[in-house]
Amino acid sequence: MDSETLEQVASADISVENRHYKVIGSRPIRHDGPDKVTGRALFGADIRMNGLLYGKVLRSPHAHARIISIDVSRALALTGVKAVVTNADLPTLESVVSRVGEGSINWRYLSSNLLAGEKVLYHGHAIAAVSAVNPHVAEQAASLIDVEYEILSPVITVDQAMRPDASILLDELRTNELGARGSTPTNIASHDQFQRGDLDQGFSAASVIVEREFTTSTVHQGYIEPHNATAIWGTDGQITVWTSTQGGHDARRQIAEVLQLPVSRIKVIPMEIGGGFGGKIGIYLEPVAALLSLKSGNRPVQMTMSRFDVLAATGPTSGSVIRVKMGAAQDGQITAAQVSLAYAAGAYPGSPVGSAMSVILNPYRIANVQVDGYDVVTNTPRAAAYRAPGGTNAAFAAESVVDELANKLGIDPIDMRLINGIKEGDRRVDGPISRRVGYIETLERARSSPHYLSALSSPSSATCKVGRGVGSGWWGNWPGGTSSVSVVVNNDGTVNLIEGSTDIGGSRVAMAMMLAETLGIQASDIKPMVVDTDSVGYNDVTAGSRTTYSTGIAVHKAGLKIIHEMCERAAQLWNVDPGTIDYADGVLTSGTNHIGFKELARKIGDGDGNVVASVSISPNGEGVALATHIVDVEVDMETGKVQILRYTAIQDVGTAIHPAYVEGQLQGGVAQGIGWALNEEYVYDAQGHLLNGSLLDYRIPTALDLPMIETVLVEVPNTTHPFGVRGVGEVPIVPPAGAVANAIANATGLRMTILPMSPRHMLEAMWAQAK
Amino acid sequence: MSNKTVVQATINGEEVEFLCETRQSLLEVLRDVLRLTGTKEGCNNGNCGACNVILEGVLVNSCLVLGVEVQGKSITTIEGIASPQGLHPLQQKFLEHAALQCGICTPGVLVSAKALLDRHPHPSEHEVRHWLAGNLCRCTGYDKIVHAILDAADVMSAEVTK
Ligand code: FES
Ligand code: FES
Repeated sequence: MDSETLEQVASADISVENRHYKVIGSRPIRHDGPDKVTGRALFGADIRMNGLLYGKVLRSPHAHARIISIDVSRALALTGVKAVVTNADLPTLESVVSRVGEGSINWRYLSSNLLAGEKVLYHGHAIAAVSAVNPHVAEQAASLIDVEYEILSPVITVDQAMRPDASILLDELRTNELGARGSTPTNIASHDQFQRGDLDQGFSAASVIVEREFTTSTVHQGYIEPHNATAIWGTDGQITVWTSTQGGHDARRQIAEVLQLPVSRIKVIPMEIGGGFGGKIGIYLEPVAALLSLKSGNRPVQMTMSRFDVLAATGPTSGSVIRVKMGAAQDGQITAAQVSLAYAAGAYPGSPVGSAMSVILNPYRIANVQVDGYDVVTNTPRAAAYRAPGGTNAAFAAESVVDELANKLGIDPIDMRLINGIKEGDRRVDGPISRRVGYIETLERARSSPHYLSALSSPSSATCKVGRGVGSGWWGNWPGGTSSVSVVVNNDGTVNLIEGSTDIGGSRVAMAMMLAETLGIQASDIKPMVVDTDSVGYNDVTAGSRTTYSTGIAVHKAGLKIIHEMCERAAQLWNVDPGTIDYADGVLTSGTNHIGFKELARKIGDGDGNVVASVSISPNGEGVALATHIVDVEVDMETGKVQILRYTAIQDVGTAIHPAYVEGQLQGGVAQGIGWALNEEYVYDAQGHLLNGSLLDYRIPTALDLPMIETVLVEVPNTTHPFGVRGVGEVPIVPPAGAVANAIANATGLRMTILPMSPRHMLEAMWAQAK
Repeated sequence: MSNKTVVQATINGEEVEFLCETRQSLLEVLRDVLRLTGTKEGCNNGNCGACNVILEGVLVNSCLVLGVEVQGKSITTIEGIASPQGLHPLQQKFLEHAALQCGICTPGVLVSAKALLDRHPHPSEHEVRHWLAGNLCRCTGYDKIVHAILDAADVMSAEVTK
């Protein structure tokens, strides 16, 4: 294959609609599977090494306080204690904002989130850390650190934080008001807006208008593996960190910034990761463990969070207050929408309100719109990304209102969405013109699904009512960032695929399948591996549903390079021009000569120089995802409990590389969305103490809470990816809360405007309605 | 420093002897003393099931058992589920059904599922869900886990009748 063809294949908008794949679309066993079912896979907390010390963190018992003094002498005097670190051990950083993952980060805030400086800003804020010979001694020592506080009044919700007389978290914070810096201290970090058309005209063209205010609670990503880090600060000044992260290189960069060291001094070894969902992009422990190692005679230090630490000091995603006013004409056309979203960022600016502003109305074509978004700091943990950040609460609000409009107009909820749904060429509410998307297809498949065509089951008891709801969701994905891979052909014809995208849900097998498809060989002949930051080029985080998209493009390109090189080698072997060689299905042919990939690899052996390829790319693609969900619920009118009876998720997935893992993404996102809809919430007392910092009281769905989750994969290939891939991981969490709320309304006539729709909130709403 | 106690137990069919502090949980003993890190810690207070092991035929949260309590007892951990002949049908079905994503809950879920099938070889979907209610999985929505367990039960009973 000549280089021109190579270029064409790699850069063209490939039409993938009618491609027939051999590997893609099949369901091979994942390469890392056997280790994971036998307990052999090594996660971050599984590292064991000689001389290992254990680190523990002292956390603030107050939600908002000034630190007057810290006395570590009693801790250091305890037998078995090696070192203590506080904020004084960290370099003082300038206030500089940089992109990390999909979001942005102010390095100074990141640093003071690791170990608090002058103030603690939430219950659980880290203050100091101790290293000791075992975790029990370390914990005891942490409790012996004496901290004197001046307690300040806390603000927990966005409403409290936005009041004019609210207690101020960050003295230097000024509102970024549509790009201009405000002049007075505030908790409102920013106000953004987009608008188009004429709202007055739009609302006057409406025959029905619905206006509602929605409140949603803070929720946590809930990964089962607690954050952990093990670090050695070597005597040569080199730092090695083993950690659970969504991106080794991003972790390295954050550690380097916080410690003010060049990245080359730091090697991050990303271990198997026990769930992230966005919450393992930002760092918490890594520099602290490294500093403890430095101060403990360069011995390795391992830190693992307790579950309370995880809930109190990591994640969560924003609680919010969302107002939606929407009008529609008699024929169902949405004529105008006005929305405002206020999202709690936690202790430091950076809530996902920006993406929520896009999610909230983007499934629809609306000529007259205004969307306002406010990022508000509160005395709660610094918000982290959580699967389609900001999307679930936004869609809960918008999908509830769309449903109510449809009801008032007597239009089927799916028809209502078909009338207004975004298509190729429409202008999105957040600006860009829409490319080819499969939203309409998801609606049509929903309408003809066995679930939607089935009758509702009858209530299981006289106190129960049943209902059905529909909800849609949009997510932008992040079809960009940098991905680097290296590929090596072994002398037995197998192929090593070396990548830096951490694998949280089976991405290694998807990468192997895309390489196998490109090379025309079996997925089992590829050995995919995620390596440390010294061993592969830069990779952005596994987040934003970008890995199968972006790293997949890198893998495909590397595969084409390997084919090119294999053709060269065959040309030498046969003494022919490489341009005469045809490569198809793993066989090279020139005239009467032909040879299989494996046989050629064996012939090349190791003596003549390996066939290798490295690729680093930064695609600037597109690949938004849309989904429509259907849910049946049963509401117990006496207890307020909502049971999910049946659930179907229909999603435009582009091309499903490994359909089982694509289905798994849908099912997992739905389960998290149901938890958010029905149970999950942070409970604080008036002083801002987290009251439910355990997995007993912070209640995520169990196997008993859920039915089977049916999936319908609609494949509308993404024209910006060689195999048509769209990110699939995030959008499934967007529709559930809205769909469940609509099902509850259908069952009971009750329009829930609060999350979670827990028994308590359900009963309160029923009692208010009865008044 | 605290005193350590000598404990003898049978773990995955092998007799072992270890030293442990009285305050150390069985989970700590497995992971830190015996370096059997297949058993995971998700909460350390009995709420997630990641640490589940079978103790004298009974499914327990190893984070809620003290190391000194297992004197003379027999324990099965995730490392003891496969046999020299290969993977247990449950493990095989988990792979075939893609019943794991991140895999952190998987050891605990597999141990629970084995304890279930040891006792109830033909569970209904509801029984599987009820039995697994103490095993939190945040990735999968449980769908493929339940399918894998039901499928493994079928395969195992077919093997028995063969
Ligand atoms: S670690 Fe034992 S139940 Fe969670
Ligand atoms: S597979 Fe990740 S928690 Fe179950």
